[in-house]
Amino acid sequence: MSNSQNLNDLVIQVRRDILRMVHNVNSGHPGGSLGCAEFFVVLYNEIMKHNPSFNMNGTNEDLFFLSNGHISPVFYSVLARSGYFDVDELNTFRKIDSRLQGHPTTHEGLPGVRVASGSLGQGMSVAIGAAEAKKLNKDNHLVYSLHGDGELQEGQNWEAIMYAAANKVDNLIATVDLNGQQIDGSTDQVLDMGNLKAKFEAFGWTVLEIKEGNNLEAIKKGLTNAKAETGKGKPVCILMYTVMGNGVDFMMHTHEWHGKAPNDEQLEVALAQNPETLGDY
Amino acid sequence: MKKYTDTGKKDTRSGFGAGLTELGKTNENVVALCADLTGSLKMDDFKKNHPERFFQVGIAEANMIGIAAGMTIGGKIPFTGTFANFSTGRVYDQIRQSVAYSGKNVKICASHAGVTLGEDGATHQILEDIGLMKMLPGMTVINTCDYNQTKAATIAVAEHDGPVYLRFGRPKVANFTPEDQTFEIGKAVLLNEGADVTIVATGHLVWEALQAAEKLEEKGISAEVINIHTIKPLDEEAILKSVKKTGCVVTCEEHNYLGGLGESVARVLAENHPTPQAFVATQDTFGESGTPDELMDKYGLNAEAIITKAKKVIGRK
Repeated sequence: MSNSQNLNDLVIQVRRDILRMVHNVNSGHPGGSLGCAEFFVVLYNEIMKHNPSFNMNGTNEDLFFLSNGHISPVFYSVLARSGYFDVDELNTFRKIDSRLQGHPTTHEGLPGVRVASGSLGQGMSVAIGAAEAKKLNKDNHLVYSLHGDGELQEGQNWEAIMYAAANKVDNLIATVDLNGQQIDGSTDQVLDMGNLKAKFEAFGWTVLEIKEGNNLEAIKKGLTNAKAETGKGKPVCILMYTVMGNGVDFMMHTHEWHGKAPNDEQLEVALAQNPETLGDY
Repeated sequence: MKKYTDTGKKDTRSGFGAGLTELGKTNENVVALCADLTGSLKMDDFKKNHPERFFQVGIAEANMIGIAAGMTIGGKIPFTGTFANFSTGRVYDQIRQSVAYSGKNVKICASHAGVTLGEDGATHQILEDIGLMKMLPGMTVINTCDYNQTKAATIAVAEHDGPVYLRFGRPKVANFTPEDQTFEIGKAVLLNEGADVTIVATGHLVWEALQAAEKLEEKGISAEVINIHTIKPLDEEAILKSVKKTGCVVTCEEHNYLGGLGESVARVLAENHPTPQAFVATQDTFGESGTPDELMDKYGLNAEAIITKAKKVIGRK
């Protein structure tokens, strides 16, 4: 079996994990999680040098920070399937006494998570801090972060974007998940953010685009190109166009599944569209 | 009573600056971040000596807290510096999620706390910060009383693994604690033994408490004075031991009586040893422009106010 077939199987299994996790507790955020499944699979399997025998300081490895913490299902699924913890633990998602809290946290000691996120707009600052620490430690590895597009409405991001350019934080690759949706509707309707590419460039960032953010090859190419842009005195941003709810036809192209779990019948339909590949948890 | 001598008025923020300078030499993991107030926070020396470890973030406090949280992930010990108002209320959620809930080893260093910031007025004078910070699980809250203690505390918090809120002030005040002191987080300092009333004070009010105790002694009242530099974790044992002897207490702080040291003491007493208590603190109000002395006088935050409350609370025994 080819490597791309393996990755494709993993994406389908991650989708199943996401759907089953949120259905299990009738809560959570499937839409954005499904939209970023391919990104997480490529990042953790093809791009980052990382160590599943987790160490908080992350010296001599690449680091990832999830700023839009509500897409925790995809994060948890990919961490588990990358060996950070047992996949059976996905069954505890959002339940009492679980390490898999509704939004990611270090508080319960879940391997793979380095900061709490959920209250939006804070992850880029944290990623910059980790990148600055890597420079001080003469550690040449990179820091990756993921942000929702709606999340960019939080002002702290723009403080961070300004800082990173002014201070040449060029060991950071910040990806924005441009699915165009947020809770109250499309991002254009709720608060039009204008031309994000022009905005990042005006702030002094190198900006790349991944037009097909649900295509494994396109993501790999985009992230590889982004890596090649690091170390050149500018922070790097990837604008990644994704489809919210990708892989489940009735969840796609709408904000309705941002924070809603499928019922029993809907789950059955959704899983039928994504037949088991690597084994359910 | 035990005599304390002011060795020359100094600002507590300079004690912070001196402590940071010392840490720069002794601990290479210490980094400093400032939001455009380097001179006010007395961080110039650190900046000059260790430019590679000093991070000017501009007027962007939220970003500063987040960057500090991220730096701990590489093993750094970040000290953030700005005024108390901008160190807490302005960035409460950043501290809550990225620092406290995430258990990050960030030292939030806050100058110009309380009304003694003076002429700038209420927009800059926070009287709610102790409450905001002490409510965060895992946060250590320290409010130092003079230059020497602030320097010692700054050095001590670098050795403590976990988030710390270190609160100090702007004006030059009496410097009376030992230059060579060892600062023990969470350990009250018994300044004077007494029998009739316990005065528990923090920050700038500690010196005022000593002045009050002297005057009370002249009137035949024996006051025990305790310097509580750590509001959380609170040295409950020291407070209980004292009030069991004296039977009443006055708590003193440059902070709102809601959410401050006084309320923390009241809880300890209510649960363990109900005792009459009087509060020297601001009365759920904002500050205003004026000189530090005028403001301390107007808002009842001085030796006179402590004496009045002490006499009153003794009468309730």
